[in-house]
Amino acid sequence: MEKRVTFRGWLLPILLIAPQIVISLIFFFYPAAQAVWQSLFIPDPFGLSARFVGLGNFEFLLSDPFYRASFFTTALFSILVTAFAMVPALFLAVLADRLIKGSSVYRTMLIWPYAVAPAIAGVLWLFMFNTRVGLASWYLGQFGYDWNHVLNGGEAMGLVVLASAWGRISYNFLFFFAALQAVPRSVIEAAAIDGAHFWRRFFTIVLPLISPTTFFLLVVNVVYAFFETFGIIHTITAGGPQQSTTILVYKVFADGFVGQDLGSSSAQSVILLFVVGLLTVIQFKYIEKRVHY
Amino acid sequence: MAQHSQGMVLKQGWGLWLTHVFMVAGVLIIFFPIWLAFVASTVTQADIVAPPMPVLPGAHFWENYTKALFAGVNVPVATMLINSLVMAVGIAVGKIVISLLSAFAIVYFRFPGRMFFFWTIFLTLMLPVEVRIVPTFEVVAGFGMLNSYYGLIFPLIASATATFLFRQFFMTIPDELAEAARVDGAKPMRFFIDIVVPMSRTNIAALFVILFIYGWNQYLWPLLITTEPEMNTIVMGIKQMFPSGDDTADWPVIMATSILAMIPPIIIVVSMQKLFVRGLLDSEK
Repeated sequence: MEKRVTFRGWLLPILLIAPQIVISLIFFFYPAAQAVWQSLFIPDPFGLSARFVGLGNFEFLLSDPFYRASFFTTALFSILVTAFAMVPALFLAVLADRLIKGSSVYRTMLIWPYAVAPAIAGVLWLFMFNTRVGLASWYLGQFGYDWNHVLNGGEAMGLVVLASAWGRISYNFLFFFAALQAVPRSVIEAAAIDGAHFWRRFFTIVLPLISPTTFFLLVVNVVYAFFETFGIIHTITAGGPQQSTTILVYKVFADGFVGQDLGSSSAQSVILLFVVGLLTVIQFKYIEKRVHY
Repeated sequence: MAQHSQGMVLKQGWGLWLTHVFMVAGVLIIFFPIWLAFVASTVTQADIVAPPMPVLPGAHFWENYTKALFAGVNVPVATMLINSLVMAVGIAVGKIVISLLSAFAIVYFRFPGRMFFFWTIFLTLMLPVEVRIVPTFEVVAGFGMLNSYYGLIFPLIASATATFLFRQFFMTIPDELAEAARVDGAKPMRFFIDIVVPMSRTNIAALFVILFIYGWNQYLWPLLITTEPEMNTIVMGIKQMFPSGDDTADWPVIMATSILAMIPPIIIVVSMQKLFVRGLLDSEK
C-alpha cells in the first residue's frame, strides 16, 4: 500500500528519518555486530588481547551441560508461564463475557497487575514465600509442608513461574475478552436454539473462532517468558539454586557481567538473536494470516 | 436483540450468581499480592518477623512511607522516583517524536534508500536489549553515558512498533488533505504540524500510556548502567534495598517502596483505561 500524493525532495525526509536510524545503528546494530564479532574470539584473562577461535565458543557452548540445561530450563519455564498466564485469563474472560452488568468493573480490577513491573512482581511473590517471614510459606508450614525455594530447585521454578504468570494474566484477559466480545452473538444463539449447552458451544464454536487470538497470545507469551522475565528471576532467585532457574537471557547476563566470560556471553547472544529472529518471523507470518482471516 | 436472547446465552438466576462468585474470587486472588504488600507497608518490622503477619493494615503508614521517601536504604526513594519519572517520560516522548518523524518521511516522501531505512527500522524488532547486553553497555560506557539520564533514555528510544503504528495510521489520512496542502503551496513540515500531528493525537495519547509503563518498568538496563545509587530508578533500586548476607530485610520500608513504585503506572492505566486498552490492542496488531 502506497500513498498517491507525496511531497518532493529527498533531503528533508532523510533528515526526518535520521534520528531513528542513527539510534538504531549506534545502539542496536553496532552492538549486535560486536556480539557476532566477539563470539569468534576468546579474550585472555587480563583482557589485553583476544585469540581467534572461529566457532570454538559455539562448539564449547553446545557441548556444555550447563548451557544445555539452561535451554531445557527455558523451555520448561516458558511452557509453564504461558499455560498459567493464558488458562486463568481465558476462564476469567469467558466469565466476564457472560455478564451484561459489571464486566467493566471487573476489567478495571483485573488490569492492575499489568502496571506492576516484573521486578516488583518478583518482590511481592518473594515476600509471600519468604522462608522466614512469608505468609504463604508459613501456612504451608502449618500443613506440614516445608517450603524452601532457596534450596529446592523445583520450588524456585514454581515461584518464578507463578510471579511471571501473575503479571501476565491482565494482558491475556484483555485480548481474550476483546476476542470473545467480537464473536457474533447470532452464531452462538443459533447453536443455543439447536440445544447445544454452554460448554459444548464453547469448545465447538467459540474456541475455534477465537483461535487467531489464542495463537497470537501463545507467541507473545513465549516471547515474554524468554525476554521480559529477567527482573523476576533476578529479584527472586538470581538464577539459583544450582542454576535451576537460569533461563537463557539470565545466563547471558550472568556469564557476561558477573562471570566476565565475554566470548561465551557473546556466542550466547548470537544464539539468542536466532531465537528472536525465528519468533519474530512466526509472529509476522501468523499476523499476515490473521489479516486475511 | 440482546434482550430476548439473554435467557439462552447469558446466565440468569443461579448461574449468574455463580459467575459473579467466580469472578470476585478471581479478582481477589489476583489482587492479594498487592494487598499484602500494602498491609506490610503499614505495620512494624516486629509484626512481620513473627509470622503469620497480619492481613489487615496497621497504624504505621506515615512512619514507613516517610522513612522510605526521605531516608530510604541506600538513597531516598524520592530520588529514585524522580529518576524513574524522567526516564519513563523521556523514553515515551522520545519514541513518539522520532517515530512520528520517520513514519511521516516513509509515508509522504519517495527518496533514495527509503526501503532500506524501512527494513533497518523493522530489524530492530529482532534485537532486544536482553540479547546484546555486554556490547550495548560498552557503547554507552564509551560515550561516557553511564550514570546519566542520556544513558538511561537514548538506547531505548528506537521504536519499530511505534513507527509502524503511525505509518498505518498515516495511510488512512485522506490524500485530498495532502493534495490541498500542496496546491496551497504549504511546506511539508507545515502540513505535518498543522494536519498530521493533530489528527494523530488519540494515537499519540494511547501510545504514550503504553510507552510510559514500558519505560517505568525497565529493569535490566538501569541495573547495568546506573552504578551510583543517586541514579537508581525505583524499579531496579528495590533489589538493592535487600541486605546481602543473612541480615533481615527492612520489610515495611521495602514494601512501602514497592507500593510507591506501582502507583504511577497503576494510576495511568486505570485513569486512562480506554486509551490504554486501545493502545495495547493496536500496538500488537
